[in-house]
Amino acid sequence: MNNEYIISLIKENKRIGERKLDEYRDIEITYDVSKNAEGSARCKIGDTEVIAGVKMDIGTPYPDSKDEGVIIVTAELSPIASPLFELGPPGSWATELARVIDRGIRESKAIDFKKLCIKEGEKVWMIFLDIYPINDSGNLIDASVLAALAALKSAKMPKLEDDKVVYGELTNEKLKLNKMPVTITFGKINDKIIVDPDLKEEEVLDARLSISIHDGDIHAMQKGGNEGMTIEDIEEMIDIAVKKEKELKGALK
Amino acid sequence: MDKRADGRKADEMREIEAKVGVIKRADGSALFKIGDTIAIAAVYGPRELHPRYLQNPETGILRCNYDMASFSVTERKKPGPNRRGVEISLVTEKALLPAVDLSQFPNAVVDVFVEIVQANAGTRCAGITAASLALAHAGIPMKDMVAAVSAGKINGKIYVDLSKDEEDVEDATDIPVACTARTKKITLLQLDGNITKKELIEALILAKSSCEKINKIQEKALLEFYRQNE
Repeated sequence: MNNEYIISLIKENKRIGERKLDEYRDIEITYDVSKNAEGSARCKIGDTEVIAGVKMDIGTPYPDSKDEGVIIVTAELSPIASPLFELGPPGSWATELARVIDRGIRESKAIDFKKLCIKEGEKVWMIFLDIYPINDSGNLIDASVLAALAALKSAKMPKLEDDKVVYGELTNEKLKLNKMPVTITFGKINDKIIVDPDLKEEEVLDARLSISIHDGDIHAMQKGGNEGMTIEDIEEMIDIAVKKEKELKGALK
Repeated sequence: MDKRADGRKADEMREIEAKVGVIKRADGSALFKIGDTIAIAAVYGPRELHPRYLQNPETGILRCNYDMASFSVTERKKPGPNRRGVEISLVTEKALLPAVDLSQFPNAVVDVFVEIVQANAGTRCAGITAASLALAHAGIPMKDMVAAVSAGKINGKIYVDLSKDEEDVEDATDIPVACTARTKKITLLQLDGNITKKELIEALILAKSSCEKINKIQEKALLEFYRQNE
């Protein structure tokens, strides 16, 4: 399937796989895919598959937020997921992916970080949220965010003894999430806007925009791609994102 | 025969599940689950090898990488490579090499990536078993199949497929073993602990017969895949 064919299809409001321009591929979320994690989940969007896991530990807070817990997000773009990924330290795409996920969760205040303070200025909970794409068939961002939210939502607090984590023992207390900021990623190809670009479509995108949204409020955005977009484009994407939020939330149930 | 902590017999492995074709973008892929240990493997290639000075004009080369997900263990593992992973990657490669024939692919590389998604002992063996399945699924020319399992000694008794709880018993000896199905050769052998020659031979015989059982499960997984995709 060549690039021109994909572009010509989209011109006629058609897509490969007979999808509508604003239609996601099938979304499937599985909880608790890794037993030793405090929380874990797998998200599949079409053939794209991402596993996310949460581990927790005790650490010291940042000096500028002494009474708040900490979240650290990493994305491992292991070459297991794509012929284009390489071994080695995280490259720019892995870093961007991790930071987009991090911002969506942090900026929406999805987690009440004040509740993760154990002793101000000394001891707080640290949340390690690690993202492992298993198969990249396009739109890793949205799949990673859904897997991340599912893993966080299902995470149980570890057992503490003398302010130290007892590894391998979890309590029944859940890590509470106040919000579920899902991310909806758009592609722009000529004057057309599509949601959930797959791998082939990603190759021909002029521009990309990811919108992190909860209850219609936008909490984070990230633009990608080599071309610009207009304010009208962005407005249209936000309108679609508001509609799509419910659909993605449904998959998280 | 004495029962083990989880009720298994000495020669009884944990429950096994094997499946190929689990990663669409890969040229070959497989999942292998044994008890609570889950390994997935992907094969990419044969493809051009970079950097070029590593290329061999006589034959293609096999390159393996083993990695554990940070959340696969109780205490978080820092993501990315570490010394243990580098060593296991190397022994994985050596375990699989006798089974593949890359002579038709000069200057090329066949890459094998193993990811441990959930760990409860025996991860390198699960990784090797998954990798062998993924190589076969990728259609790489193969002379043999490789299956792997650990054997071990706990309190003077020999058992197969140690669980994490068993591995953690004081003075436990752990022996990961890989065997080829056709030529019945041992292609991985490592040992940690303290064991007599007699005990070691007993453990190796047990590991070998268990590898034969695993190989039957590998065959079934491959057949199932081709039956479904006929």
